[in-house]
Amino acid sequence: MSEDRGYFNETHEQARASAMRFVEREILPHIDDWEEAGEFPRELYSKAADAGLLGVGYPEALGGSGEGDLFLKVAVSEALMRSTSGGLVAGLGSHDIALPPIVKWGPKAMRERVVPEVLSGQAVAALAITEPGGGSDVANLKTRAVKEGDEYRISGSKTFITSGHRADYYTVAVRTGEPGHGGISMLLVERDRPGFTRGRMLKKTGWWASDTAELFFDDVRVPAENLIGQENGGFMVIMTNFLQERLMLCIMGAMTARLALEKAMAYSREREAFGRSISGFQVTRHKLVDMATQVELATQYTYHCAALMDAGKAPVKEVAMAKNYTASVAESVTREAVQIHGGMGYMREAGVERLARDARILAIGGGTTEVMKELIAKQLKL
Amino acid sequence: MKVLVAVKRVIDYNVKVRVKPDNTGVDLANVKMAMNPFCEIAVEEAVRLKEKGIASEIVAVTIGPKVSQEQLRTALALGADRAIQVETDDEVQSLDAAKMLKAVVDKEEPNLVIMGKQSIDTDNNQTGQMLAQLAGMPQGTFASEVEVEGEKVKVTREIDGGLLTVSLNLPAVVTTDLRLNEPRYASLPNIMKAKKKPLETVSPADLGVEAAPRLKTLKVEEPQPRQPGIKVESVEELVDKLKNEAKVI
Ligand SMILES: Cc1cc2nc3c(=O)[nH]c(=O)nc-3n(C[C@H](O)[C@H](O)[C@H](O)COP(=O)(O)OP(=O)(O)OC[C@H]3O[C@@H](n4cnc5c(N)ncnc54)[C@H](O)[C@@H]3O)c2cc1C
Ligand SMILES: Cc1cc2nc3c(=O)[nH]c(=O)nc-3n(C[C@H](O)[C@H](O)[C@H](O)COP(=O)(O)OP(=O)(O)OC[C@H]3O[C@@H](n4cnc5c(N)ncnc54)[C@H](O)[C@@H]3O)c2cc1C
Repeated sequence: MSEDRGYFNETHEQARASAMRFVEREILPHIDDWEEAGEFPRELYSKAADAGLLGVGYPEALGGSGEGDLFLKVAVSEALMRSTSGGLVAGLGSHDIALPPIVKWGPKAMRERVVPEVLSGQAVAALAITEPGGGSDVANLKTRAVKEGDEYRISGSKTFITSGHRADYYTVAVRTGEPGHGGISMLLVERDRPGFTRGRMLKKTGWWASDTAELFFDDVRVPAENLIGQENGGFMVIMTNFLQERLMLCIMGAMTARLALEKAMAYSREREAFGRSISGFQVTRHKLVDMATQVELATQYTYHCAALMDAGKAPVKEVAMAKNYTASVAESVTREAVQIHGGMGYMREAGVERLARDARILAIGGGTTEVMKELIAKQLKL
Repeated sequence: MKVLVAVKRVIDYNVKVRVKPDNTGVDLANVKMAMNPFCEIAVEEAVRLKEKGIASEIVAVTIGPKVSQEQLRTALALGADRAIQVETDDEVQSLDAAKMLKAVVDKEEPNLVIMGKQSIDTDNNQTGQMLAQLAGMPQGTFASEVEVEGEKVKVTREIDGGLLTVSLNLPAVVTTDLRLNEPRYASLPNIMKAKKKPLETVSPADLGVEAAPRLKTLKVEEPQPRQPGIKVESVEELVDKLKNEAKVI
């Protein structure tokens, strides 16, 4: 488990070891069943909270620890990925995209009510931006919230929402104003608001253990205090939030590839064909070397981005590049890992099969590869 | 009541150890190190005693190079209140370790010392016994259950024939077996808090002990690789092979 020591101090390594033990004890014995079942038990949130894993990076006063120490988050996230299930990590970590807007811009009363409840594993939080009509073009989202007295009335729908089925709190992007990015706001919607319903859990290529759902808002009323940040200032909130979400997706990508590489290396040493271990064939060896090189570059560039963020910068371009690179590395390395496993690689029991399926989302979620390229092009002033 | 827990830095139990090419020992370069699993059980037991309101203070002690502070920090994150490092880069064999621990016991005057029955690096299984002898304290080794009752501690010991329960007068030395408890993992907030807990460093000289190895390692070799098994046709053949080939019955 060599994910570099350059950026990580003793505390980070301790946290990694502790998270690793949590994964070994609480997740790995069950993960295959949970993947097949399409969800993991809700009590895992409170177990993870007890181990302090949900609150990494959040203020102590709100039930977190290690605020402002990004590499603590990186170390813990890498360890959680050793559960070998991107879906579980996405589901268990859905609050990491839902809560930051509340922590940064939510009113004090909302912050103190919602955040500790989620970080203690008592409640689940989800972020709802994407709509059936489109996810890439955030500025044109359609779900409408009309201010009526001291309430907002919401109508519209969202889709592909991680933890969408089981969440208790939803951080929802809505249109409160004019068309375009200047008319978007963020609202907190509680699960039990009348008119708010959730559709079926969607069946997916990968991320099986995570619950992904549609949301329907049929004249749902929430108090005006549920506004997060400024009215019509939501676009900035969403864009700021994307940076850390994308960094987390980079870690997922690099770790997905690393896990596949490790499995392929182990398998190639054991598996024999034509009278020798398949790692004895130069083509296999060189393939593994290429995979290892990609994993190393993906990991180190992700750390570089994390270091920039840790130093208070907002490396939008770099993170977008890292997201595209790690997503493509995850796809290509998992593909080759399946290949090296031969027929076994196509079997669920091999593990690389899941990694290959889970890799696919990384070029789509959190902003597609094409949208990242548009972002990079803009930063390069092309 | 004060509990002293001894912890040791060893190669992580998940690591497949490799013998150095010159056969002088095990290769430690770039190998993941961790707290000896039996010591983790000792820390856990002490923390449980504290949670039950029996222990009031837990002091963790280790002997080893500066980096072994990592294992003390882990002990602090798991619930120890403060830590003492006996810092030395020298080889410390069981008797020397016991002497150093004895000096720490004299200074700290704990009511109970809990330590692993052995460490997974050398598997000597003797430091606890030696400490008890040097300190003139009763010992309860290979504990699978520990119950403090007033001025006594009842220790259920795992022995070859089954379980043996002994009652010891405090202060006493208890060494842990695998089934005593399942150690917790340190929670993140506790890892952060552990950074602020006191960690004192002393040298063997401060304790008036000089490490003087009495045992010399001549050669370290890989164990014989396991021979492939065979299938036997009948019970008779199995018995025959066990008797005449393996010579175990
Ligand atoms: C498993 C899963 C979990 C998800 N979790 C969440 C969640 O928790 N919360 C949430 O809000 N959303 C979530 N999403 C949604 C995700 O963010 C969107 O799917 C993603 O942003 C893409 O949006 P879309 O699906 O509407 O694709 P579209 O926007 O319809 O894009 C379709 C294609 O057109 C391309 N395209 C679009 N615009 C351009 C352009 N300008 N130039 C070139 N090509 C372009 C895209 O790259 C893509 O290839 C999740 C999705 C999945 C699959
Ligand atoms: C869904 C499915 C259905 C199947 N159906 C059938 C069926 O109906 N009947 C049947 O008989 N089989 C069937 N198979 C088996 C399939 O034909 C084998 O999986 C395939 O031939 C590969 O063999 P293997 O899995 O043993 O891989 P291995 O031979 O172990 O190969 C492992 C890896 O080593 C590589 N390798 C091997 N030799 C060399 C070399 N000399 N140089 C370089 N690289 C090498 C391979 O390319 C591969 O990447 C099926 C497999 C699957 C997954």
